[in-house]
This record gives sequence, structure tokens and C-alpha cells, in this order.
Amino acid sequence: MTNTTQTGQTSQTTVTVHRIYIKAPIQQVWDAITDPAWNSRYGYGAPSDYDLKPGGLYAVRSTPEMVGFGAPEVLIDGEVLESDPPTRLVQTWRAFFTPDTAAEGFTQLTWDLHEEQPGITRLTVTHDVTDAPNVAAATTNDANLHEGGGGWAWILSDLKTLLETGQSTQG
Amino acid sequence: MNDDDLVFKALADPTRRFLLDQLLVRDGRTLTELESELEMTRFGVMKHLRVLEAAGLVVTRRSGREKLHFLNPVPIRLVHDRWIDKYTERRVKALTDLKHSLEEAQ
Repeated sequence: MTNTTQTGQTSQTTVTVHRIYIKAPIQQVWDAITDPAWNSRYGYGAPSDYDLKPGGLYAVRSTPEMVGFGAPEVLIDGEVLESDPPTRLVQTWRAFFTPDTAAEGFTQLTWDLHEEQPGITRLTVTHDVTDAPNVAAATTNDANLHEGGGGWAWILSDLKTLLETGQSTQG
Repeated sequence: MNDDDLVFKALADPTRRFLLDQLLVRDGRTLTELESELEMTRFGVMKHLRVLEAAGLVVTRRSGREKLHFLNPVPIRLVHDRWIDKYTERRVKALTDLKHSLEEAQ
């Protein structure tokens, strides 16, 4: 998944795609992504603030627990490029997980929401990680799950659990 | 069939697992690229890809005139989450790590 650019075939773009079906109305899924009251309840539990207009800022602040482990105050930042509630959100995304991920700069993240049938939403997260192998590894690898969290698959699975059961797997 | 049935049925076939392995090595391949790795007709490969798509294990995306195939690991994650909770995760990880290190030592 991370080696597309090294083979030199087809194209120079490296993209990862994660798709999940959630038994929840599309507006609720949109809110769970964009509203800090919701997005702090699954995955890493760090609140994500969105100013939902082109050029608007995006910032994920570390929880006190994460800061205690040495995480920076702002864990991820970026900018909203496109916001079309409740179906499409395009943003930049820069992770300060490690000096390596920070040095790779802004990647592009697209959230596509589609009402599969009323009450069932298909969410597709497309992450353009071209020239950002460390970001790609951090967002696709669940190998360090026991040390505090995983990549998109883990986060989306937790989002689904929260919306479908009212409770995240993180308790 | 429910979602889990589709995932298990899709994974039960060696050709389909081979296709997923190909995408794990390098994601975003065309049908032509995937077909070139297999002794099988184009139609046969298409059929297998359709089963993988129905199970959600493969997601396609258009890029210009090409249709690119991506491995979607989320359904496997969901199967995993169903039987392995965050407390047993550590023990399972320890065993898989042991298996990897023993196999690499050979």
C-alpha cells in the first residue's frame, strides 16, 4: 500500500482507500466526523475542530493523557478545501505523530458519504499519501494497536461501533 | 447473506486471496495489471474481483480512463474486532510476533 511510488508504474500518486457501511443516517455520520462533541468519542478520543468552509482551519488537539505521553498539543492540523454537507469533505492533513510524519507535510484527505439506503451510510475515506510514506504507514498499520491505536481501519471500525451501539470500543 | 458471510466466502478462494496479496504489495492496480499475474482469462479475473467488491474487500476508483482497484482492509478489521477485544489483542499480538520471529529465524 505504501510502495506505489517505488515501483514507478502507472502513476506517481499513492492513495489509500478505506470504506465502511454504517447503520446510521448520513447527517449523523457527517456530524460524527466534523463535530468535536462526536469525534472525540471514538478512535483516539482527541477532539477535531473544523471550520467548514474553504480555507477554514482543521485541528486535532491531543487529550491531556496523550500530552502526558509526550504528544504535541496539536496532533494533526490542516485546512478545509471543500465542504458539501453531508456528502463530501476535502481537507489537507498534516500529522505531528513523529518528526518524520510532520516533515512530510500536508497530505490530502477526502471523506465521501453516500446514503446507500435510508438509515445506511457508505463512508469512503481516500487518503492521498503521495511522497508521505511515514504518514501512509501510520494510517494503514494496525501493528502498534496495543500501544494506543491504529490506522483508518481501526478508527472507522470504532466510529461504526459508536454510531450503531451508542458506545465506542474504547469504553 | 450478511456482510461477514460475504467476507468469508470471498476469502475462501486462493485466487481471490492472491489478488488481495497483489494489492497489498502495490495498491491501485488496473484489471490488466492484475490479470497479468494470473493464468486465467480476463473474464475469470473480473468475476473474482466482483466477489471481492461485493464483500467490500476491494474498492474501485476511476482515474482518468482507468479503473483502479484498492484493497479495503476495513471488513477484515471488523471481523477481527468481533472476536478479539482490546484486552485479548495484546496476547494475540505476542503470539503472532513469536510466530513471525520463529519463522524468520529458520
